[in-house]
Parts: sequence; C-alpha cells; structure tokens
Amino acid sequence: MTDRTEQGAMQPDTGSRPVKLACRNVWKLFGANAANFIRQRDGKASMADVAAAGLVGAVRAVDLEIRQGEIFIIMGLSGSGKSTLVRCMSRLVEPSHGKVEFEGKDLLKISDAALIELRRHRMGMVFQNFALLPHLNVLDNIAFPLSIQGQDRTTREARAREVIELVGLRGREHFYPRELSGGQQQRVGIARSLATKPEIWFLDEPFSALDPLIRREMQDELMRLQTMLHKTIVFITHDFDEAIRLADRIAIMKDGEVIQIGTPEELVVNPATNYVAEFTRDVDRAKVISARSLMRACEGAEHGGTVAPEAKIASFSADIVSAGKPFAVVNGTGKPIGEVTPQAVIDLLAGIERAAAGT
Amino acid sequence: MTVTASASKVTQPVQRWLVIWALALTAVLMMFLLQDTIPWAVNYPAGAVVPVAEWVSALMGWIKSNLSWLTRSITAVLGVPLDFALDLLAKNFKIGHGADAYVLPRLSWVGVCAAAFLAGHAVGGRKLGLLVGGCFLYIALFGQWTSAMLTLALISIAVPFCIVTGLFAGIWAWRKPWAERLVVSPALDLMQTIPTFAYLIPMLLLFGNSPVSAMIATAIFATPPMVRATMLGLSRVPLEIGEFSDMAGCTARQKLWRVLLPSARPTLMVGVNQVIMLALNMVIIASMIGAGGLGYDVLLALRALKVGEAMEAGLAIVALAIALDRLSQAIAHKQARGHIRQETTPGVWRRHPNLSLAIAILIATTLLGLFLPAFAAVPKAITFTTAPLWKAAVNWVTINFFDTIEAFRVALILNVLNPVRAFCEGFPWLGAVFLLGLAGYQLSGLRLAALVAALTAFCAVTGLWEKTMATVYLCGISAFIACLIGIPIGFAASRSDRFEKIVTPIVDTLQVLPSFCFIIPVVMLFRVGDVTAMIATVAFAVVPAIRYTNHGIRQVPPALIEAAKVSGCTPRQTFFRVQLPLALPEIMLGVNQTILMALAMIIICAMVGTRDLGQEVFIALSKADSGRGIVAGLAIAFIGIVADRLFNAWTAKARARLG
Repeated sequence: MTDRTEQGAMQPDTGSRPVKLACRNVWKLFGANAANFIRQRDGKASMADVAAAGLVGAVRAVDLEIRQGEIFIIMGLSGSGKSTLVRCMSRLVEPSHGKVEFEGKDLLKISDAALIELRRHRMGMVFQNFALLPHLNVLDNIAFPLSIQGQDRTTREARAREVIELVGLRGREHFYPRELSGGQQQRVGIARSLATKPEIWFLDEPFSALDPLIRREMQDELMRLQTMLHKTIVFITHDFDEAIRLADRIAIMKDGEVIQIGTPEELVVNPATNYVAEFTRDVDRAKVISARSLMRACEGAEHGGTVAPEAKIASFSADIVSAGKPFAVVNGTGKPIGEVTPQAVIDLLAGIERAAAGT
Repeated sequence: MTVTASASKVTQPVQRWLVIWALALTAVLMMFLLQDTIPWAVNYPAGAVVPVAEWVSALMGWIKSNLSWLTRSITAVLGVPLDFALDLLAKNFKIGHGADAYVLPRLSWVGVCAAAFLAGHAVGGRKLGLLVGGCFLYIALFGQWTSAMLTLALISIAVPFCIVTGLFAGIWAWRKPWAERLVVSPALDLMQTIPTFAYLIPMLLLFGNSPVSAMIATAIFATPPMVRATMLGLSRVPLEIGEFSDMAGCTARQKLWRVLLPSARPTLMVGVNQVIMLALNMVIIASMIGAGGLGYDVLLALRALKVGEAMEAGLAIVALAIALDRLSQAIAHKQARGHIRQETTPGVWRRHPNLSLAIAILIATTLLGLFLPAFAAVPKAITFTTAPLWKAAVNWVTINFFDTIEAFRVALILNVLNPVRAFCEGFPWLGAVFLLGLAGYQLSGLRLAALVAALTAFCAVTGLWEKTMATVYLCGISAFIACLIGIPIGFAASRSDRFEKIVTPIVDTLQVLPSFCFIIPVVMLFRVGDVTAMIATVAFAVVPAIRYTNHGIRQVPPALIEAAKVSGCTPRQTFFRVQLPLALPEIMLGVNQTILMALAMIIICAMVGTRDLGQEVFIALSKADSGRGIVAGLAIAFIGIVADRLFNAWTAKARARLG
C-alpha cells in the first residue's frame, strides 16, 4: 500500500502536466446508420451488440488523456483500430460518437475553417509510407505546408532550411523523393511535419516501412529531437520493442478497445490481461523494471550500495551481483525506502518467477 | 441456390445449363426451318419497322432551324483560335481583302523542323530529337508540308480543348459518385463505341462543312481517355497523400490542384498521349467534313484510285503519328532530376535553353522567309515524290502475281466469306435476341439479359437487321482471324524475350497508326471489296490480342511457376495447367478489345465498298441524312456494347473463379 502512494508521489513529471488531448468515450463504427446506433444506446454497446447490428467497430469506447510533452504510444496489432483512433484525434476520420478535446475544447464541434487553422499551426503528422509529394523536391516538400498558409518564398524556404538542418538532410535540398532512401524520405516527412512548429505531433507507424537497422537509427533520432523540442507526441506502432524504447506511456489496443494504459514498467509488472502479458513476455525485463518494483522492506542487513527508485535493474545488475550484498533504495532526500537483494536481481535476469517481490 | 448446397451437387448447374442451351439452339433451328410458316420470326416484317430514323431526322431538323443562332456563334467563337493556328502553321495570315491584302507569312518549315528536333532533344535526348526532327523533315521533303501542317493545326487546337474538358469532367465524376454512375460512365461508353463516322453527320448538319465541325467531332471523340485518366489518376493517389494534405491544412481547392492532381501526373500524361493519338486518328477521318489536310489527300487519292498518292500521304500520316506519339510519351515519362549544387535563379534563357532556342530559330527563319522563298515554302527542287515508285511497284505485283492474288481472293470469298455471310444474314432475328438474352442471363443475370435483348431488338425493329448481320459477319470473321494470328504471337512473345523485343516496337507502331493507313496498302493489292476490308481490319485489330496475351502470361506470379516446377510439372504442363488458366481473363480482355477495334475498323472500311451498316452511315453522310446515319451509328454502337458487356461479364466470372 505504501508503495502505491510512493509511486504516485514519485512521478510528478507526467501526472501533473496539463492534458493536451483527451478522448472521451470515442467510438468509430463502420456500417449503415452507425452514428444513430451508438447514440441510441447512449454511447454504450458490447462487441456482440455491434456485430448484431451488422456494424464493424474500429474504435470502441476509448477514454484516454495525453499530457503536454509526453510520448504517448498507441500499440496494437494490425486491425486493432490504432490508426483509426489516431485519425479520430485529428478528425481525419469523423468519430461516430464521443468527444475529442484539444486543450479542453471539443474538436468535433469546431468549424471547418477553425479545423484548417488548427491543423495548419498546431498539429503535425508523419505517415507510414512518408506521403511525400512526388513532384516537389526536398526543399519544396518541406516548405509545402508553409506555402499552403500563404507564406512568401523567402520566409518559408528559410524555415525549411532550418528543419532540414535539424534532421540532417543538408545538401539534399534539391533532390526528389524517389531519389532518396527510405530513411532519408522519412527524415523529409519528419522535417515537413516540424516546419509549422506544431504543438501536437502524430506519428503513424513512422518507422514500420524501414529496415530494422535504419529503424533503430531513426528511433534514436526521434529521441534526440524530442530532447530539444519537447513536443506532445502520439506515436502509433505495432512493435512492442519500439514502444518500450520510446514511450512515456503506452496504450494497448485490441479489437478497437484500449485494454491497458500505463508506463512500460507497469505493463510488464502488472499486465491487465493475458493478452498484454503475451506481449510483454519476451521483453528484456531488466531494462524495463526499476529498483522500486523489485525492492522489499529493509531487513537491516548491511548494504553494498545505494540506487534511486527509478533506476532500471539493468543499470546496476552487474554491480549488485559482484558486490553480493543488497543495495539500499533511497529517495531524493537520501532516506532509504527499501532494499534490492542480489538474489532478486539474479532471479529477474534468469526469468525465475518467485512469490511476488516487494510485498 | 443457397450456400449450404452440398458439394456433391456442384456439377448440377453446369449440366442444367447444357440442357437449356441445347433446347434453345433446337428452338432457333426450328424457327429457321419453319420460316415459311412464321416468316416474321426470321426476317423482321417491313410493315412493323419503327421509323426511328425519321424521328431523329425531324429532331435534327428542328434543332437546326431553331438553334442555328447557337451553332453559328459556337462556330464563330471556335473559329478564331482555329483560324489563327491554321494561318500560323499552314496558310499565312491575310490582313485585309482583295489585291491590297497584306500577307504575314506562316512559320517557316525550316524553323518548325528545327523546333521539332529541339523539342525531342529536350525531353528525350539526341536520339528522340533526331527521330522527331527527321519525321518532320520527311514530311517536308516529300511534299506533304502544307497538308500536314493543316492537320497539325487542327490537332493543336483540339487537344488542349480535350484535355481541359476531360480534366474537369473527370474531377466532377471523381468528386460525385452519382455523377460518375449516372452520367459520365454511360456517356463515355457510348462515345467510345459509336463509330467515328457517325459523329460526323450531326456535326456536318449543325456546323456545316468546315474545319470547325471537324474540330468539334475530333474533340468529342478524343476526350474520353482524358476523363478516364483523370478519374483513374485521382483514385490512385495514395490515401496517405490525401491525408497529409488535410493535416497540412489545405482547403479543398488547394488539396485538388496542389496535391492530388500533381501526384496523379503520370496517369494524366498517359491520358494526354491517348488524346493526341485519338485526335490525330479523328482529324484524318474528319477530312470528310472539311478538315482538309493529310486525310483529305488520302481520301481524294483513294476515290480516284491513285494508290501512289494515297500511299505518300498515308506515309506522311505515319510520320506525323510516330513523331507525336514518341514526343508525348517522352514528356509523360520525363522526371525532373535532383542536383546537389545550389543554383542562383538564372534567367529564362538559362533555365529553358531548348525552348528559347526554338523560338529564336522560328522567328529568324520566318523573317528570312520574307526575303528567301526557300525558307517560306519547301522548294520544289528539293522535294521527292515516291508516287510513281509505288505505282510501279503495284503494277509489277499486279502483272506478275495477278493470278495468285486473284485465286486467293476468290477462294476466300467463295469458301469462307460467302457461306458465313449467308448464315449470318439468314439468322432469325428473334432467335438472336433470344440466344443473346439467354447468354446475358447465364453470365450475369436478368439486368444484363434485358439490356442485351433490348439492344439487339433495336437493330431489328429499325429495319436494319440484314445490314447489322452483314456487319456482325465481317467483324466476327475479322476478329476471329485476328485472334487466330494474335494470340499465338502473344504466346510466343511471352515465352521468348528476344521475340518480344522484335514484336513490341512493331505492335507499338501499329497501334499509333490512324485506321485510314491500314486500308491503303491492302487496296493496292486486293482492290475494293470484302476481302480488303477483312485484311485491313485484321491488321488493325491484331494488336490487343498480341499485347494482352503476352501481358497475361507474363504477369502470372513467378512463385506459382516455381511451385509448379517443384511439384514436377513439365514445361508443357506448367503452361497448360498453370499459366494459361491464370492468364485467361487477361486474354479474354484482349479478345474483347480486338472485337471492338475490328468493329470500329469495319465501319471505316465502308470506303472500300462493304455492304453493311458502315455503308449505311457512309451513304447517309454523303446525303447528309442525319436520321439514317445516326440510327445506323447507334446500331453499330449497340453491337459493340452487346459484345463488350457479354465479354466483360464472362471475364468477371472467370476472374471471380480464380479469386
């Protein structure tokens, strides 16, 4: 019980930030009369109801809040509705029911003109297959969203060159998309979506079409950009490893429903369903689980060192095993709140499940 | 039939259809045998003919007398750019009247040839430049310059009109699905199956015998591919590109003009190429209603049976067709290339060196033409004529091979053409309506059956049954022979890369040639008549049979062929058990195209004396009898639509079976 309260108190950085984008009971059903169907049921329907009405439930009863500056990952296999959900958030797809709130304002109620303004200045999106315009070169592709807004050539090209520099494409300004590699094309896609300085950034499986090595490189690139830009990011992926590498929080979707939202560690330690557990099974747990999840109450024995509660096990596993003594887990003020034993670390690394640690 | 029907009963429907067909054929045979008792079922009774032709004539007469202000103003408006183009390229500008008229020269032929070379050079390098420039030089040196420029002027005005109209119609159809379904698609189908001749009659009636009416007919005939290309291009733009434009905050107009249409450019350019080639084809045919130019030369020469002159003008058409086709294809395939070094914005001259040079040369040579007549018109001294040569060749062939050719011709007529013709013309009209309706029902259902039966019945009740069957006989026999030749060539091409390399350029060239050109050499050898029509039609219609067969076999996934090999198929088994069944829908599509092309060609062959619907249109054209011409034109279109719908239904069924 104490752990829970500690945990809540120890994560001020995401919990206290303002909500940037929220979905409130969002539904997207495909089929005849879908909107009526869900309105008549007052926004409640089971999967069986939907199927009985001959509809397809792409997104069902999704509730989530995305906070300023976090990387929020929506993870699911193909057909789980994750792409439809992210398109509901930007109104590329009109939801059948529910509310999408952007800074508290209902996005579904604003006028077309206001929506265009919003998309021009405050939203950016990167696509799986890059969606570059084949008839424009790199510079013009990146400057395109600015030219749509009516900026003059010198202003928009100056800004385009800034973001080209940012994503490391200098020297390629006058190449056409088909002359670039996949990784370079996606860099153009990223630069283009950043050119308008958006506040919220939708990335729809941005690296799925790339080779594994390039994918890794682009993930690092994204993290580098995020440390500089601090955007609010909604990132779609079907790759759980990618999700764990990048996420502050992950929402796992199945059959149109969000079945669990949490930090990577929460998903690994407390999977809500077998489905989630199945995903997390092959994850390198030492890289996800922190000292806090593995610690138990101090038993007074002598400690071989100290670690912070957020420290991942992988960061001190070699030290603790060679020391052969428990490490104290200390909070910010230096007060010990528990300890991690070498045996617990070894069990974790070896994948041995014992009676739950930390109780 | 329900899905739950057990597997053991699957063969039953096939047997049932077999019985039904046997019964139907017996019934029709009875109808034929009993024609003394029920003559109305075999030959449509003359008393019951519905006078559709008279109604159409009356309608056209009304339009002509009541809407002449409209047609006249259209003629006047369209005449302005057309006259300008004609003057610029072919006729010289005349300002003022009579003896004191001041004459501004047309563009110099030297300049136009140089501009053609530079255009080819700009889009396709030196090789294309030499080809295009060479084609124009050929036209000049063989004394066809003025006619060819008349033709080119008509095309250069009609094509932009087609492109703009087609683009907007395509956008409209793409935006509004109901418009596509109810208006655009049926209109396109009809526009492309009505024979070219039939367009000319109402144009002649409404706009008179002038280049303007030729241009309007051309524009109507050549627009459909642009509409289709626009619809196809827009629907093929990747979904994500559309989503991107929404997310970038494009308005609907920005999305269409700045994102979707530029992204669809390759498909649109294919449409432009087709528009140009169709326009050329039609401008040649439209010479019958006053287009002038190369087509008129061919027509005059053919009428006077001057094969040499006809051949010369025909070759000039070929040269023009090849130049325009290669040029527009190169433009379609041209892609801008990226470069590393950054440039400072250069002047117009540096950015478009070829264009600037071409304009400079055109101006310079045209000005020179004011002082040196050799620049203004092609000097007689340097032109060649091959007409005597062709005539000599024909004479030689006729003298030495007359008996062989004549024996071949007579044997063909007696043993093949006449029996088939007798069979077709004696076929009971009621039986045809019944059998085609049955086929429609089996292939697709009641709707297709009703459509097919109604269209067939139209041909009978308008009193054109015998002529319809004459068309069907000639078209059918030609298409059959074309398939007999084309499909094996397609197979051979699909099995040997080397053979394909030889066949492809020939097929490509055959495809761009206007239909007129096919008649000329055949007429030289076989004179007028059904044999000539048949041979020209076979040559014209063989292309799709070759192309689709080759493509169909080649597109069978390599993985399937590997699977067949691994399971131990011999090459023969692989071909007959795997490749052929999978390629069959594509091959049938080719056969369908062959039939439609044969139909279009047979109609034009009315010029060489066939006795079918084409002749009906041809006569109506010379008498300006709009009702007769339009009804015959519709009958031809209906033959095409019936064949096309039945074949498509069949192909769709085969496709569905393959999954």
